[in-house]
Amino acid sequence: MSITNAAKLGGKVGGVAHRRSRFQRRQELEGLLCILPWLIGFICFKFGPMVASLLIGMTQWDALRPPRWIGMENFQTMITDPRWYDALYNTAYLSLLSVPAQLVVAFLFALMLNEKLRAMPLFRTIFYLPSQTPLVAAAFLWNWIYHPDFGLANALLSAIGLPTQNWLFDLQLAKPSLILITLWSGIGVPMIIFLAGLQGVPQSLYDAASIDGAGSLARFRHITLPMLSPVIFFNLIIGIIASFQGFFTIVFLTTGGGPVYATLIYVLYIYLRAFQDFKMGYAAALAWVLFLIIMAMTAIQFVLARRWVYYEGGERT
Amino acid sequence: MSRELAQDTTSDAASVASRRTVVQRDAQLQARAKAFILYGILILMSIVYLMPLYWMISTSLKQTGSEMVFPPQWIPNPVVWSNYIDVFVQVPVMLYIRNSATIALIATVFGALTASLAGYGFARLKFPGRNFLFACCIASLMLPEIVTLIPEFILFRRIGWVNSFLPLIVPWSLAGSSFAVFLFRQYCLTIPLELDEAARVDGAGAIRIWWMIILPLSKAVLATMAILSFTHHWNEFLRPLIYLGRPELRTLALGLRAFRGEYQLAWNYMMAVALIMLLPILVLFFLAQRQFVQGIVMTGIKG
Repeated sequence: MSITNAAKLGGKVGGVAHRRSRFQRRQELEGLLCILPWLIGFICFKFGPMVASLLIGMTQWDALRPPRWIGMENFQTMITDPRWYDALYNTAYLSLLSVPAQLVVAFLFALMLNEKLRAMPLFRTIFYLPSQTPLVAAAFLWNWIYHPDFGLANALLSAIGLPTQNWLFDLQLAKPSLILITLWSGIGVPMIIFLAGLQGVPQSLYDAASIDGAGSLARFRHITLPMLSPVIFFNLIIGIIASFQGFFTIVFLTTGGGPVYATLIYVLYIYLRAFQDFKMGYAAALAWVLFLIIMAMTAIQFVLARRWVYYEGGERT
Repeated sequence: MSRELAQDTTSDAASVASRRTVVQRDAQLQARAKAFILYGILILMSIVYLMPLYWMISTSLKQTGSEMVFPPQWIPNPVVWSNYIDVFVQVPVMLYIRNSATIALIATVFGALTASLAGYGFARLKFPGRNFLFACCIASLMLPEIVTLIPEFILFRRIGWVNSFLPLIVPWSLAGSSFAVFLFRQYCLTIPLELDEAARVDGAGAIRIWWMIILPLSKAVLATMAILSFTHHWNEFLRPLIYLGRPELRTLALGLRAFRGEYQLAWNYMMAVALIMLLPILVLFFLAQRQFVQGIVMTGIKG
């Protein structure tokens, strides 16, 4: 009796398990089917090229004749290539100054817009608008603003009695002029993200701190900043990576890398090597080094983040 | 004695009350002063941020020749609205708009389909390697485009796709935006599972559930994805520059460069074309402001 019962039970369990596994198998197939287009794209246009890029980086290849394997030679060439150092320096200068500057300005705007006053949506739209201007259009707009003879920038300077400048054509001013463009076009998106972050900070925290006698500065330092640190961190990483590409469009269409390589940035240098000199091997090697630098920087940022990024619920990366 | 005490307490109460009104008035004054300063800064900064846009608009309305004077005309005189018509005659703006729109629309539709399908798969279906593949998807957000650009170019040259729209459409249609996959997955997780299960009981497969149940419920997130994708393609510069060498294939972004370089287009017309390029993005922005902002917020916060 008990044995038959157990057998029955066993059979039942077995049946359920069997049925479930069939359902599971079907789900597995369906799941793979669903992600299949994405997976093909990922392998063909992201992962594959990423690996191929490293291999091409070890060849000498003009993309016409068959490639010639030269091992690490491209990477050795880089060390003696003065333009490579120019590109590294200019990229570091532009990205490391402009992205934090954008974030500071965006944060200040978000703090002001977070006050509960009338007309705030209007101001939000005004500050956000420049970021919607296509970068290509923005590049030409700023070419015109910085025009040495008829531009707005010089008109404003001479209106207040200052000497006019050559802006993008001036060896000293070229890089700051580019940063100024990004301070106009680059703050909209981080500003909106910060604003949403600020609105997500529970009011109860501020109330509790006020009862404990914290002033507005202390509340900012001990509540606002820690609560927003993950957002700041995310914006910093994504912002720096995006700035490489963004600066390419702006630099390509304004200074073209000049004057005298003063704005030759890394992505532009890769582009010139690959698509003007047709040195695909060297360009791929350059790209991979940039990739390694980005990964290293991101890793360093993650390590540093442990010190200053606060995750609610105690979760820390 | 007791009367004195009583008087004392009443005067105390009175002084407390008056002090409270003083404090209240002070706070009110302070709030007003703060609002005053805040509005002052905001208005000043608005002028600074609107100035380049004003310069763009005012230049675009100037008579040819009168944009090249110093000091400049702050208000165009005369206002030449016909610049916006002339520019279509002087340079092939219409053709380039059509090219841009073709690429952007096709890539956006297919990209949204594959990204939503993948996002649904990652959210709802259990299959081996799911977490690993999803981690790959997230990690690829940090992969700079330039790293994959050269092998991709060599591939497309070999198969003869250079000088066609395909390199700009096909990769995006399959796996263009890891972020869109991520966005859709997060959204799927908020749809009640009971809906899927009910459909399962009725015998529907995963693809059918995605098409009949998930997609109709996801219009808001699909709109976000579509807007982000459309603006991406409308603004894209580096890849069109590499793949579209033939003049008749140029997108508007590439065209803008040619207008200044090859056509030597005057600055007033240049600014008119730049504004024409900005226009669809602005229309999208004002039509779908909420979705737009939501999409950006999701980009930043849930990352």
